[in-house]
Amino acid sequence: MASGIRDKVAILGMGCSRFGERWDANAEDLMVEAYTEALLDAGVETDAIEAAWLSTALDEQHVGKSAVPVASALRLPYIPATRVENYCASGTESFRGAVYAVAAGACDMALAVGVEKLKDTGYGGLPQRTRGTVNDLYWPNVSAPGSFAQLASAYSSKHHMAQDDLKRAMGHVSVKSHDNGSKNPKAHLRNKIDLDKVLNAAMIAEPLGLFDCCGVSDGAACAIVTTPDIARSLGKRDLITVKALQLSVSNGRELSFNDWDGSYFHTTRVAAEKAYKEAGITDPREQINMIEVHDCFSVTELVTMEDLYISEEGRASHDILDGFYDADGQVPCQIDGGLKCFGHPIGATGLRMLYEMYLQLQGRAEERQLQRDPIFGLTHNLGGFPSQNVSSVTIVGQAGA
Amino acid sequence: MSTGVLAFGAYLPQRRLQRQAIAAAHAWFEPSLAALARGERSMGGWDEDSNTLSVEAARACLAAQDRQQVNSLYIGSTSFPFLDRQNAALVAEALSLSPNLRTFDLASSRKAGTSALLAACEGDFHGGSALVIASDKRRTKAASSAEMTYGDGAAAVLVGEGDVLAELVGSHTLSVDFIDHFRTGESEFDYHWEARWVREEGVMKIVPEAVTALLHRTAVGASDIRHFCCPVGSAREQAALVHALGISADALVDNLETHCGNTGAAHPVLMLVGALEAAQPGQLILVAGFGQGCDVLLFRATEALARQSSGGGLQANLANRLEESNYFKFLSFNRLITMEHGIRAETDKNTGLSTAYRNRALTTGFHGGRCRECGTLQIPMAPICVNPDCAAVDSQDPHPFADAAAVLRSYTSDRLTYSPNPPAWYGMIQFEQGGRIMIDFTDVQVERGLHVGMPMRMVFRVRDYDHKRGFRRYYWKAAPVYQDQGD
Repeated sequence: MASGIRDKVAILGMGCSRFGERWDANAEDLMVEAYTEALLDAGVETDAIEAAWLSTALDEQHVGKSAVPVASALRLPYIPATRVENYCASGTESFRGAVYAVAAGACDMALAVGVEKLKDTGYGGLPQRTRGTVNDLYWPNVSAPGSFAQLASAYSSKHHMAQDDLKRAMGHVSVKSHDNGSKNPKAHLRNKIDLDKVLNAAMIAEPLGLFDCCGVSDGAACAIVTTPDIARSLGKRDLITVKALQLSVSNGRELSFNDWDGSYFHTTRVAAEKAYKEAGITDPREQINMIEVHDCFSVTELVTMEDLYISEEGRASHDILDGFYDADGQVPCQIDGGLKCFGHPIGATGLRMLYEMYLQLQGRAEERQLQRDPIFGLTHNLGGFPSQNVSSVTIVGQAGA
Repeated sequence: MSTGVLAFGAYLPQRRLQRQAIAAAHAWFEPSLAALARGERSMGGWDEDSNTLSVEAARACLAAQDRQQVNSLYIGSTSFPFLDRQNAALVAEALSLSPNLRTFDLASSRKAGTSALLAACEGDFHGGSALVIASDKRRTKAASSAEMTYGDGAAAVLVGEGDVLAELVGSHTLSVDFIDHFRTGESEFDYHWEARWVREEGVMKIVPEAVTALLHRTAVGASDIRHFCCPVGSAREQAALVHALGISADALVDNLETHCGNTGAAHPVLMLVGALEAAQPGQLILVAGFGQGCDVLLFRATEALARQSSGGGLQANLANRLEESNYFKFLSFNRLITMEHGIRAETDKNTGLSTAYRNRALTTGFHGGRCRECGTLQIPMAPICVNPDCAAVDSQDPHPFADAAAVLRSYTSDRLTYSPNPPAWYGMIQFEQGGRIMIDFTDVQVERGLHVGMPMRMVFRVRDYDHKRGFRRYYWKAAPVYQDQGD
């Protein structure tokens, strides 16, 4: 019987590039920017890395296929390296590969690198690309905002909530993330906004306006992981360990069977339940100290609060408006600005979330540092569409907690 | 046994472009268009062409019919999108007709619609029936009178033997190489000769000659004609025509000039549908199709016509109208103006013909699957049943979804993604029989919007144009059914 990942792997070092419109940098430059920070943080040299995973989602826009780009950019010493892609949850996938390799005893030290270079398309928003030759024959011509916007129509219909009330709660989500992002020197968007600005912004996909959508950014993030014993042997104290790593992937039931109502993520609920069990969390609302969720759109964050079992179903908007998820609330969410403001270089995003958790758990988050010493941090990384997606829930925390 | 009409249907796109809007845009350039600036013309959407119009008219015609009885399909049109790839074969699969089918594209003349009807009526039914569709969506030059007077539309008639609604009394065809206008593979638009010459040397001579020959052949008196479907000429010209022929002036069937415009090859058949909706048992209906001569067909309405329920005919389509006064939309939909579609529109729309062929039961026929083990309906059909309590392998039979009732589950209107008619509307619909799909929407009335739970119906439309290769691919879309549009 598998016992799970809890406390078997420690984060030795992490790095994250500045996110944003990085006209100055190729994907390779961004990877090196994140990696040099991680090496310095870990206190090791490249020859200590025994295996590597690279996550990118839209490789056609920058590095192309395979893990050769990461091995070449970082001059990795002819070690096993693999490129992974799982929609916008790709970043967590590279972390999962590295963590599992260490937990399995296949290697002592592994690297996860995520990168995306989205700003070379010539237009705003995510790149528009083929969805596959068969899908192109019958899928609707969705954009990411249009796909997630549908959560709002289904959610307000299910919970008999006026669309305007929902839009105001969604607006608070974005205002809060901009407040948080303003304190983050690496964030893409650092301006503060108010509710009026959100509500009056240009409509992108009804009811999502411009400020309900996250930034489309260039950036990279990475993690070096090892066993707790090795981390201690390298002189590390107050280790941050992986408590849970769960992933759930849609099997077509939401899209083609008759029982999903379109207002929530079935996958997130499955992954969250498994992650809490793996981490030994019994009351997430009380035990989880901070979260980074996949706030690609404000409404995604809103429904995710319920799918993670932190807000009760139908109550997320109340918690949001009560400030429960604000930086000074009980469970701060998107302390670093989130996808909304830190930005969303797809392959890097899952690792970027962990980077903030890692800094907060170590008390190194500077202006953003939470006052209550956090013990458990949760990251939620999501890819695809509400009707068919990949959802991951990762919990990290103080070793032994 | 009588041969004649077993069922009929029509389809007009819901948008009606106001002629005043066209004339106003061109007043600086061609002020004479003001003389035509009355009423409205039907205007197909960017995702409609003569094939999609054909499918909708045929669905209306076949609503209460056994489609498996259809063993011939004749389509008449001057605007077939494909010159070499039979359009009728596509339409047949969109209609889920039996593959044991004779198919004909009849093209190259405005009388192609009546020629299709003639060929069907006088062909061998082999114990089944023949479906005749006439359809046109013709592109026109900006500021031409054709732009003002044409319309987009289609009509369908099922013909066969037995308990017919109207029996064919007789027919005649005159073939004359009279060129009032022409279009070739090298020319984008119709090239017209002077209207006065067309009227005096063409319409006023050729139509009477064909009608007279038919009346003589069938020994029917002109004054006995109760409904005369004459698709050419203005109302005033038609009045002169019936006067010369001795047909009663009140026998003239509305030529749809005011509310639809001339639908080319479809027009005589569309007018026939209008006449059938109005005719009493025993009345004679004369249909003329003009173009390089003239087809004339004479029908007599039967008692069965009185028992026919209405719906899906011309009147319902005329009533289902959405006023459009934005002439630029017409220019853009018909690619008469170069719009900035943005880089997002540049994604390659190349269609793998092998991929499309393999998946055409879904994309053309809109068939999903029904699991033999658990009965679950699902679309697309998949090798493993989607019901988590079943998951049987290779357990599904094809199941049609095109005519299944559906309701809206979730939706958005998207201004980011590329659409020739932004915003793009799409979402998830739930079929009442079971099964659901995420799909593009069309014919959304922006002012009325959408709401979760409202009824939706499927329509066959163009999905993508591949301008690089001249190909277009079709698929089904969901259209909202507003309260005043109930079937």
